[in-house]
Amino acid sequence: MQDKTHSSYKQLEQKSKYTNMFLRWFLYFVLVIFALYFIFPLYVMVVTSLKTMEEIRQGTLLTWPNGLNFDSWLVAWGGRGYGAGDTFLKPYFWNSIKMVVPAVFFSTFIGAMAGYVLTKWRFKGDKWVFLFLLFGCFIPYQAILLPMARTLGVLGISNSVIGLVLVHTVYGIPFTTLFFRNFYVSIPSELVKAARIDGAGFFKIFFKILLPVSTPIIVVTIIWQFTQIWNDFLFGSTFSFGEAAPIQVALNNMVLSSTSVKEYNVDMASAIIAGIPTLIVYVLAGKYFIRGLTSGAVKG
Amino acid sequence: MLKWLEKNLPKIVMAPAVGLIGWFVYGFVLWTLYISFTNSKILPKYELWGVGQYVKLWGSRKWLIAVDNLLIFTALFLIFCIVIGIILAIFLDQKIRAEGVLRTIYLYPMALSFIVTGTAWKWILNPTLGIQKMFIDWGFENFTFDWLVNREMAIYTIVIAGVWQSAGFVMALFLAGLRSVEDEIIKAAKIDGANLFTVYWKILLPMMRPVFFTSFVILVHISIKSYDLIVALTQGGPGISTTMPALYMTQTAFHKSQVGLSAASAMMMFMAVAAVIIPYLYSELRRENAR
Repeated sequence: MQDKTHSSYKQLEQKSKYTNMFLRWFLYFVLVIFALYFIFPLYVMVVTSLKTMEEIRQGTLLTWPNGLNFDSWLVAWGGRGYGAGDTFLKPYFWNSIKMVVPAVFFSTFIGAMAGYVLTKWRFKGDKWVFLFLLFGCFIPYQAILLPMARTLGVLGISNSVIGLVLVHTVYGIPFTTLFFRNFYVSIPSELVKAARIDGAGFFKIFFKILLPVSTPIIVVTIIWQFTQIWNDFLFGSTFSFGEAAPIQVALNNMVLSSTSVKEYNVDMASAIIAGIPTLIVYVLAGKYFIRGLTSGAVKG
Repeated sequence: MLKWLEKNLPKIVMAPAVGLIGWFVYGFVLWTLYISFTNSKILPKYELWGVGQYVKLWGSRKWLIAVDNLLIFTALFLIFCIVIGIILAIFLDQKIRAEGVLRTIYLYPMALSFIVTGTAWKWILNPTLGIQKMFIDWGFENFTFDWLVNREMAIYTIVIAGVWQSAGFVMALFLAGLRSVEDEIIKAAKIDGANLFTVYWKILLPMMRPVFFTSFVILVHISIKSYDLIVALTQGGPGISTTMPALYMTQTAFHKSQVGLSAASAMMMFMAVAAVIIPYLYSELRRENAR
């Protein structure tokens, strides 16, 4: 009798082991299918950029290239060497660098200061000031495009890298403030109070107490701002054209230009060049990237 | 003097941020609002004209198509991103081997710009050499996939690319949410005889209510503002079949020189975003105050 229940129990266990194994396989199957879906465009981009147009016409999206042929990359980066109509990314890549570095620096600095004041030097109504700034994260930029275009014109910096630096600095402030404020909230205020009693001033407290522990949030903020500004298209395409354009605008112009036969290999090489800086940052500092994303990803 | 400076230093340091945002966000939105009540064409006019631009806007076929597209896009974008995001998050939560690698793969599109994404998908979806040709070459001779150039279907190509870009992000939000649930709750449920499916469906997913809310707000926000992806993928075409409000706004302002009308469309977008964001901010603040 006892033996019987025991064996039936064993059977049951065996059965659930099989269902478990089946479920396990199913799990991995679904995860891998999705991984293929996500990796597919990147694979196609890389492979296409390495093919000649002849290979592209003969093969399919997935066909492996005949050899490592970086010609399209060279064309995308440096052009073909004839005058008019020869657009290539190199000058615009540098425009983007010249735009990103100061804009990231200024917006991060202003945000750090604002976050510091809002948490460690609290004043009456500081919550409202934070809310006032926070709302700037959410506005659709269409509502400020027209006056911004006028303002840049009046200041004489429309269609220039300086103009774009201003725009990106200003509209980055709500995000950088949010990041620093949320980080400094978690740092005990007792330290600051003690330092104040000892007579340390505003800046001394910031540089001696807060800055040394701020590395993670500075990294998060810089990565977030870098990615946002590098990838921006709306401001770039509205406030600049021709020589002052940042790389995303140049990429779009290159792909849309219908001067000659469509060269998909060059298009794909260009797209990779425009995407590589942010991809590298993502791969190297994914942890910080995700942290920024989950705490500040309200921007489209 | 020096004492005053010392006392007010925090406020002085705060001033640039407040001043810049006050001017460039609030001032500019008010300016746009004002202009939307004028009859501005190429240059802004400051004479009030009433609600004429709004009447014109809602009588415009192109704007109605844009709103229609926005509704279709938002609905599908939300559903697919959230469903795929949840599935991936739950599956990844089962002590999967190579979780790190998979997570990296699911999320890398978020690092790319919509212009890069759009360029890639435009090439993949183009009927002559893209996916369609791939299937035909594989022997499916009658296979057609021409959504990109098909008036009726082009909007769905934007959904495909948009979901590809943002689903991983929803996954990250839910995974973080699931990981923050204490193991005791799951163990207790299992002791009570609940199977894994019940644990997720009856206990964990209902607990994820705030994550649903956050994803909803962020995804709606992305979709109302979506502009780059459409520019890169379809330019609003074929014809005007994939126009969306953000594209309508810039085209009306900078190609058609209808500044007043464009300001009105911008204000409609602003109000749509505000309708989603204000309740969200309110609830977030309440949560923070409760802590």
